[in-house]
Amino acid sequence: MNTAPIRVDLQLIADMVGPGGRALDVGCGDGALLAYLVNFKRVDARGMELSQAGVNACVANGLSVIQGDADTDLRDYPDDAFDYVILSQTLQATREPREVLKQMLRVGKRAIVSFPNFAHWQVRLRLVFGGRMPETPSLPFKWYDTPNIHLCSIDDFRALCRDMGVRVERAVVLNRNSRRIHMPPLLANLFGEQAVFMLRRD
Amino acid sequence: MLEDVTEAERKALAQCRHAVLGSDRPLRLDCGVELGPYRVAYQTYGTLNADKSNAVLVCHALTGDQFVAGKHPVTGREGWWESLVGPGKVLDPARYYIVCSNVLGGCMGTTGPLAKDPAGNQPWNLRFPVVTVGDMVRAQAALLDHLGIPDLFCVIGGSMGGMQVLQWAASFPKRVFAAVPIACAARHSAQNIAFHEVGRQAIMADPEWKGGDYRIYGTAPERGLAVARMTAHITYLSELALQRKFGRNLQDRNALGFGFDADFQVESYLRHQGSTFVDRFDANSYLYITRAMDYFDLAGQHGGVLANAFKGTATRFCSISFTSDWLFPTRENRAIVQALNAAAANVSFVEVETDKGHDAFLLDEPEMFRTLSGFLQGAASARGLR
Repeated sequence: MNTAPIRVDLQLIADMVGPGGRALDVGCGDGALLAYLVNFKRVDARGMELSQAGVNACVANGLSVIQGDADTDLRDYPDDAFDYVILSQTLQATREPREVLKQMLRVGKRAIVSFPNFAHWQVRLRLVFGGRMPETPSLPFKWYDTPNIHLCSIDDFRALCRDMGVRVERAVVLNRNSRRIHMPPLLANLFGEQAVFMLRRD
Repeated sequence: MLEDVTEAERKALAQCRHAVLGSDRPLRLDCGVELGPYRVAYQTYGTLNADKSNAVLVCHALTGDQFVAGKHPVTGREGWWESLVGPGKVLDPARYYIVCSNVLGGCMGTTGPLAKDPAGNQPWNLRFPVVTVGDMVRAQAALLDHLGIPDLFCVIGGSMGGMQVLQWAASFPKRVFAAVPIACAARHSAQNIAFHEVGRQAIMADPEWKGGDYRIYGTAPERGLAVARMTAHITYLSELALQRKFGRNLQDRNALGFGFDADFQVESYLRHQGSTFVDRFDANSYLYITRAMDYFDLAGQHGGVLANAFKGTATRFCSISFTSDWLFPTRENRAIVQALNAAAANVSFVEVETDKGHDAFLLDEPEMFRTLSGFLQGAASARGLR
């Protein structure tokens, strides 16, 4: 069994998932979170991943993963198929983030979403004073080859949740050292480099 | 029931086991006929463990048979899934009790058109009832009953074998812990049926076929069966694989022959495939088994909705397709996965990158082995198998 520690934001997500339930990790990559959920939380965890290499690696490790696209393939699942549907660091790369969120909350009783905050002070500085598209540790791409086509700030995301009538059960904000910060929303939107939200249909 | 078997069947039955089933309770076929008694020839590898939890059923494809591994008693060649089954391999007899039976309608010892009809005087030939993939699976289930195997750790197969896997999962979900349908589809497409029809017409156009009664007349429709095999063989390969293997290379000559001998290597290869096939396969059996595949439509059995075939299933699935397989392309395999998702089933799906076409499932494909080994490992630990 792999006992290596997982990325801080993945650990945060894992901590939000109750033991013994059913979870779908959309964009599960190499399956690190899935393996953790299966091995340490007895979760019936499934994955969906766009890259075939990622899928093959997961299945070879005994994980239940299919090749699929968050934008199109969540539609295949029935309502309430999972307790949790997880989307980590992928929302900003989807074609229709709002529709993806809607599907996640149809398929799952809860959705857990993590994303980079485009209103982080480093991003703001680079754009305002550098005059160039921001490149930061969590957004390391050139503007012309980035997969991130729908970036948003923490406040943008909250606004979307309000607009969709989705209840935010938990929101955790991490600074650039991946430490949790506890600040009022205005400051969290400035100092948070990424955020993890747990959502529920209202 | 062992009188009057063909030479090939006699050799096969001498090297495997067989059961005579359906004497008390005949097999009710999809066409409505009740068949019984009937014989099922099967081969086993490994030992059934004490709690009977390690049985693996391997389902063979159109022209396969029960000899998955080891020397084939008729052809003398190695088993058709030697790459997968054997000591130290993905399906290791040290760990699993592996069973493979010749399908109903087959010609390697299981009852099919070669067998004598109930009147006992003549082979059934075309009077043998048309069988389906569902019938094949029911015969396998009856064999498991006979062997005292309550449920299977895994059912696995490629092509028509994959169809049987799907049928197993749909018909006997509680008897299937894990299912691995490879390079297959939940229904035979128009193109699949079309190619089979060409093969059948080739057989039936052979004057030696004699309306299917060639054994009575002492003839053999070898030309027709060989052409059927040649056509089918093309569909098992990708264009790229053919090009790479043969290109336009000439066979045993330096210049074009300006005639109709096998000038090209690819012609010679196909002729060889055809001529060796007729030594081990029966033409009527070929008609029946191709028909069973044509009739396969799992959604059709479930009100037109494939997901209904898997409703409430607890079986763990692993579906595998190959990028260059145009006979059972990825999209057909993906349709199965989509239906399984719609049924909220536990499913993994891997598309293996290869240029070897449909036949890839029989070949040395490390990515497929890694996938299978990971999936089976996960399933085994979920089942508490050592």
